[in-house]
Amino acid sequence: MARLRGFWEGSSRNPAKRVQFDRPLTPWLFVLPQLLIVAIFFYWPSVQAVTSSFYLEDPFGFGSTFVGMDNYTDAISSREYRRIAGFTAFFAVMVTALSLSIGLLLAVKADKVIRGASAYKTALIAVYAIAPPVSGLIGMMFFDMHMGPFTEMAAWFGYEMKVGINYNDTAFALILVAVWKQIPYNFIFFLSGLQSVPVSVREAALIDARSGWRRFKDIVLPLLAPTAFFLLIINITYSLFDTFAIIDVMVKDKPANNPMTLVYKVYLDGFKGNDIGGSSAQSVILMVVVAALTVAQFRFLERRVHYG
Amino acid sequence: MMQRLKPFDHLILILGALFLCMPVVMAFASSTHTAIDIHSNGLYVTPGSNGAETYTKVLTQRGGFTGEVTGLTMLMNSMILGVGFAVGKIVLSMMAAYALVYFRFRFATPIFWVIFTTLLLPLEVRIMPSYQVMSELKLLNTYQGLIVPLLASATGTFFFRQFFKSVPDELLEAARIDGAGPVKFFIDILVPLSRTMMAAIFIIMFIYGWNQYLWPMLMTTDESFFTLMRGIKTILQVWVGSQIPDYNEAFALAVLAMVPPLVVVLVFQRMFIKGLTESDK
Repeated sequence: MARLRGFWEGSSRNPAKRVQFDRPLTPWLFVLPQLLIVAIFFYWPSVQAVTSSFYLEDPFGFGSTFVGMDNYTDAISSREYRRIAGFTAFFAVMVTALSLSIGLLLAVKADKVIRGASAYKTALIAVYAIAPPVSGLIGMMFFDMHMGPFTEMAAWFGYEMKVGINYNDTAFALILVAVWKQIPYNFIFFLSGLQSVPVSVREAALIDARSGWRRFKDIVLPLLAPTAFFLLIINITYSLFDTFAIIDVMVKDKPANNPMTLVYKVYLDGFKGNDIGGSSAQSVILMVVVAALTVAQFRFLERRVHYG
Repeated sequence: MMQRLKPFDHLILILGALFLCMPVVMAFASSTHTAIDIHSNGLYVTPGSNGAETYTKVLTQRGGFTGEVTGLTMLMNSMILGVGFAVGKIVLSMMAAYALVYFRFRFATPIFWVIFTTLLLPLEVRIMPSYQVMSELKLLNTYQGLIVPLLASATGTFFFRQFFKSVPDELLEAARIDGAGPVKFFIDILVPLSRTMMAAIFIIMFIYGWNQYLWPMLMTTDESFFTLMRGIKTILQVWVGSQIPDYNEAFALAVLAMVPPLVVVLVFQRMFIKGLTESDK
């Protein structure tokens, strides 16, 4: 995944070392294993995704015909695709906004704690280790229609919650689980960002800005901006891609009228629907989106390095 | 000087910790009760007395939620995937980074870009063609097929490249005066020097490999290669149509799937944070 913050600073412009070995063959021996794996398992399938997006595969395996941009226009003009794209965008915005703000809130508070700091930290970090499908499974249990605590809680308020059947209920459950899983990641980065603020700056801030909110808004937030931007991109990519397992576990094999993301649709069309051309075209659309996000991230970092 | 901490701040932290940790605690507690109790009373916060039975069943019994495989086999497969991935990643990326940093050779810049372009596209967007490539190479249902394609990204390489660049030049100069060749320098000096970094990366990569879901799901149809994550998918498929689902077994499986990475994060917390914030996964 593209999640490397220092990438741009370390690009190949500046020479790595003053002294280097000068041998024609040895470096190849070292770099070859990685190159081979990247060629076979990255470039080959990526090129294949692009080529097969221009073909219509015969479902019975009798070759394929070139159809130009048809797969793309089919995807984009389909109402279902647009609806799913709409949900994906909504999902990404909600998950990113909630997990970033909760992560930031907890980090700001944890940064102030002296007594019990490490206990809080441990409790807030632990969930990072839990795999998305496991969090999906736990989430499913909490929203179980027979005994799920959240379903019961909703029932107190007279609401009958039907996760897995009702579109909005399922969307709510998916967002909640996805946020739950992502808070520790944001917490870790915000906290380490906060703790790298020099003591002198903190003390000056205490004198200058007496209200906690002003101090936060005028001093802490600008200092955290680079971390926040980095996390913004990471969280968007997380909600687009890493939530696949959560959706697969919680929606199970009943995607009929349940919400899903674009990545899940690529998988459904390709593996369940056998529409290889259509699925590849959707893959390529997503590739463009991720590549754009990553480039945006790098450009921002470049600017920070040059002018910041 | 620290800012004064109000009780309100503690309240927020406690609520946050509860929100994050309660589901995990309840998953564990519920796994030690019977399915019928869970069905009629809901989830539990305190452990029950049925734990030994449930875990023995999930770990050792064939059948139930899958036909041929026991929980123990899945645990082992997850371990192979996690450790295999982490070790593979470290070996490959240290070697590649060494070549890029310590050698003057013609194609260094193009190779740098060839490797680092992989950061642009996650596996999920090229999953279909990746599957086709694997089946052409006859690697479905093998450990190689499970592990090697996941290695095709540059995260570790980037990290070690940064680290090697921060190693003082004097070390190499001294080694060359002593007559050490590139292989000797790498093994005798650079590798021991990178021990902390290797450990930090190992933790991150082990969790990443252990937690893989989509790829193992596609690559393994043979149950003897199932990982715990794959087992979760299966147990849910069996549920459809059963009277009282085996809630306790599902929770036990979830607990098995989360304990190893959880232990790693908690025990090596400092190193884990270092690996995470310095490599960004």
